Amino acid sequence: MLKINNLHASIEGKDILKGINLEIKPGEVHAIMGPNGSGKSTLASVLAGREEYEVTAGSVDYIDKDLLELAPEERAREGIFLAFQYPVEIPGVSTTNFLKTAVNQVREARGLDALDAVSFLKEMKAKMKLVDIDQALLSRALNEGFSGGEKKRNEIFQMAMLEPKLSILDETDSGLDIDALRIVADGVNKLKSDSNATIVVTHYQRLLDYIVPDFVHVLYKGKIVKSGTKELALELEEKGYDWIKEELATA
Amino acid sequence: MSKDDHILEEFTSKEYEHGWYVDFEADEAPKGINEEIIRFISAKKEEPEWLLEWRLKAFRRWTEMTEPDWSNVNYPAIDYQDIKYYSAPKQKEKPKSLDEIDPELLKTFERLGISLNEQKRLTGVAVDAVIDSVSVATTFKETLSELGIIFCSFSEAVQDHPELVKKYLGSVVPANDNYFSALNSAVFSDGSFCYIPKGVRCPMELSTYFRINAANTGQFERTLIVADEGSYVSYLEGCTAPMRDENQLHAAVVEIHAAKDAEVKYSTVQNWYPGNKEGKGGIYNFVTKRAICAGENSKVSWTQVETGSAVTWKYPSCILKGDNSQGEFYSVAVTNNHQQADTGTKMIHIGKNTRSRIVSKGISAGKSQNSYRGQVHVMKRASNARNFSQCDSLLMGDKCGAHTFPYIDVENNSAQVEHEATTSKIGEDQIFYCQQRGIDEESAVALIVNGFAKEVMNKLPMEFAVEAQKLLALTLEGSVG
Ligand SMILES: Nc1ncnc2c1ncn2[C@@H]1O[C@H](COP(=O)(O)OP(=O)(O)OP(=O)(O)O)[C@@H](O)[C@H]1O
Ligand SMILES: [Mg+2]
Repeated sequence: MLKINNLHASIEGKDILKGINLEIKPGEVHAIMGPNGSGKSTLASVLAGREEYEVTAGSVDYIDKDLLELAPEERAREGIFLAFQYPVEIPGVSTTNFLKTAVNQVREARGLDALDAVSFLKEMKAKMKLVDIDQALLSRALNEGFSGGEKKRNEIFQMAMLEPKLSILDETDSGLDIDALRIVADGVNKLKSDSNATIVVTHYQRLLDYIVPDFVHVLYKGKIVKSGTKELALELEEKGYDWIKEELATA
Repeated sequence: MSKDDHILEEFTSKEYEHGWYVDFEADEAPKGINEEIIRFISAKKEEPEWLLEWRLKAFRRWTEMTEPDWSNVNYPAIDYQDIKYYSAPKQKEKPKSLDEIDPELLKTFERLGISLNEQKRLTGVAVDAVIDSVSVATTFKETLSELGIIFCSFSEAVQDHPELVKKYLGSVVPANDNYFSALNSAVFSDGSFCYIPKGVRCPMELSTYFRINAANTGQFERTLIVADEGSYVSYLEGCTAPMRDENQLHAAVVEIHAAKDAEVKYSTVQNWYPGNKEGKGGIYNFVTKRAICAGENSKVSWTQVETGSAVTWKYPSCILKGDNSQGEFYSVAVTNNHQQADTGTKMIHIGKNTRSRIVSKGISAGKSQNSYRGQVHVMKRASNARNFSQCDSLLMGDKCGAHTFPYIDVENNSAQVEHEATTSKIGEDQIFYCQQRGIDEESAVALIVNGFAKEVMNKLPMEFAVEAQKLLALTLEGSVG
């Protein structure tokens, strides 16, 4: 469903992504790991369509579409979801209200009728259970004053509401306590199906115990330098990144 | 369903939507201002001698005054001799009831979304409809009069309740208060009058809807609200004007008198034509609004959503004379393209334990300039006076400006005056976050702006809040990207 070919991207004249190749099929879970600053969030932002990043070379095919041609909201309506590493605050706008706008714009683009207040609320209630999120949190201004963990949980709640085809979770595990990690991972697993795919960006193997990846990739200095199965994550946990860096140096 | 959703659903039309005008046959004064014109207006309205004298006196004062230039707005000099000071749609006979009103006039208001048909209206609101210089209809008069509430056009009040008009006219805003109030006092043509008797809680919202229709015409209306002891009223004001290339002058005066234990809420959604994208045309909105909390424990609150006008100069104020009286000012002012707004409030604390609260939200986009100007004055006698002011500015793009001019003047040591101000920009990351959830850029801006203005929007009566949210979005249309 997603095919990234030789993707190069820069910001403010600085090259960050330097030739990414990655193919993701429906039903798959891909984990992306890599040292700080290697370009993981940049990749996520470029896929989601953040305009500050300039794509300097390469292409991205997404279900028969040239992804890079689409506006960010069009990508979202086509089923791309990004759980942000740092979700922003929008003062005065409740999560409920925000999501209602989002859900209905997405539905409209998909040729569906807008949900009325009652059916929207019903839908919310169901999805709230999935990630065990508190109603009170959803009536507060979006992310304003939310704890780190609450923000992350809210991201997954939004993902549940928007039913994406390709979800990109950017360090959703960081900031979650042990119980929350399990709950959120459970939620993600329940949302998994044969027709959707997930990219999980993380630093910790722990998350991958819950959301079991089909592939693990190491992103380093803007390139995927190593790919493997979930055993690769265990190896990284144990040995860190130095051995990969050394491998690269000698290659 | 929440207000925000409403707006997004209804957010379809692109331009200033009230820009049309109707060709009424009109009864007009020739252009220009002089004593003769004032006599003409006064005679048209069959006014008593004292009122004519009052007008003439104001006119003489006005000729000695000069236009103020201290505000942070720029506009070409106004030629006061090039304006028509009176224009009334011709009606064959003075209508005795709503059934006799010219159907064209009714249609005009229907097009604005204001039905003057009592059966069709939501029962919660009584309307006084003013076109150009005259009030054309007032609804629910009978229902209200059963409670002793007087709600009618200013002209009718002059005829039917001269003692009340004489007592309160100019008592809060003296004719010579400022240049524009003097001009208004000389030539005001109509407006609304409202009196709530002792102990009566007005059961519905009262509203005045102003419409400028004729070309080259100024609108000078006057509103006078008197809330007697222990009474309560919530009052709404709305306004629109056609799109015309030349600027039109609107110089209104609103006076509110709140007696002991009385409470008045005054809400405005101001949507005068702002001019086109290049800054051509639009209304000059120079308005004097002032309330006096004359009695103990009285309370006046001003809520305004200012989206229209090419130039706005407006400071709804409260004189807190009665002990324990309270004044509030909640404002959202949005400017886009070449609009200029200089708006704010004055809270004058005279009585003991008086309280005031100011919440101002300025939103600037395009090349517009948006200024908050507020004065808090605590007089000697006002022990334990309290004021809290919060002024937030939101900027969209980097060609617009937001300015805050707080003046604080405290003559009593026991007073507590707090002022907080913030300036922020709509962040690209906020817009991107919304887009990533499938929300287009324009709706994202509407959402963020409504969130920013929420504290004030929540103060508006529901019916107005929806309209106000729509207006915010419309005003900011095309201001990003
Ligand atoms: N606006 C910017 N201007 C300059 N450099 C930037 C900008 N945004 C990101 N970068 C740089 O791009 C590089 C990649 O950043 P990115 O956020 O993609 O890393 P990451 O792999 O997600 O790291 P982490 O694990 O810490 O989240 C970093 O060196 C970062 O400083
Ligand atoms: Mg990152």
